[in-house]
Amino acid sequence: MDSKRKKDSPESNELTRSSPFPDEVLERVLGLVKSHKDRSSVSLVCKDWYNAERWSRTHVFIGNCYSVSPEIVARRFPNIRSVTLKGKPRFSDFNLVPLNWGADIHAWLVVFASKYPLLEELRLKRMTVTDESLEFLATTFTNFKALSLLSCDGFSTDGLAAIATHCKNMTELDIQENGIDDLGGGWLSCFPENFTSLEVLNFANLSSDVSFDALEKLVSRCRSLKFLKVNKNITLEQLQRLLECAPQLTELGTGSFHQELTTRQYAELESAFNNCKNLNTLSGLWEATPLYLPVLYPACMNLTFLNLSDAALQSGELAKLLARCPNLQRLWVLDTVEDKGLEAVGLSCPLLEELRVFPADPYEQDVVHGVTEMGFVAVSYGCPRLHYVLYFCRQMTNAAVATIVKNCPDFTHFRLCVMNPGEPDYLTDEPMDEAFGAVVKNCTKLQRLAVSGLLTDLTFEYIGKYAKNLETLSVAFAGSSDWGMQCVLSGCSKLRKLEIRDCPFGNEALLSGLEKYESMRSLWMSACNVTMNACRRLAKQMPRLNVEVMKDEESDDSQADKVYVYRSVAGPRRDAPPFVLTL
Amino acid sequence: MEKPVVYDNGLNLEATELRLGLPGTNEPEKQSSTSVRSKKRASPEMAEETRSKSSSCISDADDDAPPPKAQVVGWPPVRSYRKNSFQQRKGEAEGAGMYVKVSMDGAPYLRKIDLKVYKSYPELLNALENMFKFRIGEYSEREGYNGSDYTPAYEDKDGDWMLVGDVPWEMFISSCKRLRIMKGSE
Repeated sequence: MDSKRKKDSPESNELTRSSPFPDEVLERVLGLVKSHKDRSSVSLVCKDWYNAERWSRTHVFIGNCYSVSPEIVARRFPNIRSVTLKGKPRFSDFNLVPLNWGADIHAWLVVFASKYPLLEELRLKRMTVTDESLEFLATTFTNFKALSLLSCDGFSTDGLAAIATHCKNMTELDIQENGIDDLGGGWLSCFPENFTSLEVLNFANLSSDVSFDALEKLVSRCRSLKFLKVNKNITLEQLQRLLECAPQLTELGTGSFHQELTTRQYAELESAFNNCKNLNTLSGLWEATPLYLPVLYPACMNLTFLNLSDAALQSGELAKLLARCPNLQRLWVLDTVEDKGLEAVGLSCPLLEELRVFPADPYEQDVVHGVTEMGFVAVSYGCPRLHYVLYFCRQMTNAAVATIVKNCPDFTHFRLCVMNPGEPDYLTDEPMDEAFGAVVKNCTKLQRLAVSGLLTDLTFEYIGKYAKNLETLSVAFAGSSDWGMQCVLSGCSKLRKLEIRDCPFGNEALLSGLEKYESMRSLWMSACNVTMNACRRLAKQMPRLNVEVMKDEESDDSQADKVYVYRSVAGPRRDAPPFVLTL
Repeated sequence: MEKPVVYDNGLNLEATELRLGLPGTNEPEKQSSTSVRSKKRASPEMAEETRSKSSSCISDADDDAPPPKAQVVGWPPVRSYRKNSFQQRKGEAEGAGMYVKVSMDGAPYLRKIDLKVYKSYPELLNALENMFKFRIGEYSEREGYNGSDYTPAYEDKDGDWMLVGDVPWEMFISSCKRLRIMKGSE
């Protein structure tokens, strides 16, 4: 069924052949290489390997949908079954990118319809997807199996209904965190009665009610269902019934964890959790109160990922729960657990590798609650394997960070957000330069870094000098001059994504990266000191970069308020809206 | 690996301790640095305040007026779906009966207050003191309110009358049905 390539006689001439293997063998072997980075390396070895790789590749990952066109992708890779596409710049998650910016999937689907009719999987992040596109997808690709939409916008539950109605072989429907028009829960009832193939269902972020009857029947008949994440409207009583139908679940997202239960209902729920022997991931738990958390206890022993970021727990409740989760590797919490809660993390979860602490009250300026540097330090003492942290707090010290990275030198992802812009070390009143200096000096494996607090150019000198494995850097309200950004651009040889907002970096900094940007995926600079002229110069000298500017309404003509620079083999965008100026 | 308990009094147990002194006493020292300190061009939201100051785009924020209360767009970087669920969470946690009746022994008529407005016991008690023109004593777990004739009580979901201050604030506001300022020893 795969498209077979013809032997091009010049290429397969004995004299020019460099590989001792017949093509089929090479393709077979290379077919086992999964990681797209490895495949990229493989394709660079020689022409034979390039060809074998492109014929055997079934999954393509495109980190920036505008870096390439669907036609180019289809020309190079004839046998794709699975596509992952990312669209808008990450700062669009924080409302820095206007609506209708682009990243529309439709043009891709049209090409795929003719080149990849057997497409099975589509995973999209920050793309615009309309109902029309979803309907097109559902009715065109008869083999379609898996749809994952993360942080996408443009569609409604009608689109989901089309998917449920037409895709007979769906194994995965994962709708996360999208700007979706929720017109009602009727879409779930569109799965036909003889439909049984679902393995993954996530509708946790949809707000309207689905028919529980339809859901229960669906869960009952899909014997291979492994991941189920329901929305807030599913009650505890309903959850118990779902668990009875599907004790084989490995990942569960509960609904609302707050309901008046009778003693018997409580016991039944606890028993249902007890029967879920394979549960390793738990999330949801909206409005969880201390009263009902104990029903989870029987299932906690095998948990490796616990997502409590929707449950405003206090420290005591968290401590009791974590005492039963000794195998936890990933934990997401709200800062309502405070430092005391994080101490419990340090005490109970020695295998912890990832911690994310989200702010319950991000816009409140006078609140004394939340977590501080003490909580983070406590976790670092108890969890030496910690390598991924996302931490929102209101105060931090250089000394604390130094201690943390001494305890946990293996950080690959260090994302610290001190919520007040430009906040200094709260004990010494100094900039937080030494904190991030300690991070980059100690954590040689660091791939991703987000900095915050009061920072001078020294931070960026440190980063440029020590962060040799850094791939992604996020900077906000930091730095003193162009020099800072120049240090990063010249020092971080593996840098791929640089996103900057509200920093005093200007034209000299922007242009110092002239040679660098082609080796990166993208650069974002907003509310900095870059002018239109500098952007034009960049665009002129580097034709393989797309330089796009969005101007704010009140700013003067010479300022380039939002700059997005990315490499592309597809040339300038043809679908740019009027407010995106392509230089 | 050794785990020295370095953070001795940094545990800041006081911050989590339930206390009902007058507001503003014994608060941990607060950093008065809510202003944007670094030297940079302000984001559009703050542009109004700094526009008049500089022709160049860099303004020394140390010269700036007190902190802008207006929020900066997209900061802190919290995803909008999380913000939405937070708004809902706030709304729901304070679910039924956020406006509760308050009666004071001896007063001719009752009042109503919105519990949602307050974030802690000191704030609530302060408001009650102002509303009814009286003073509440010092709270302690052992002795209740000492030092005045007045004692604040509330009726919970089960219909029992409870002393205000015993349970964590969140639990209190989710179970409080009405308030009563009791006078004298009953």
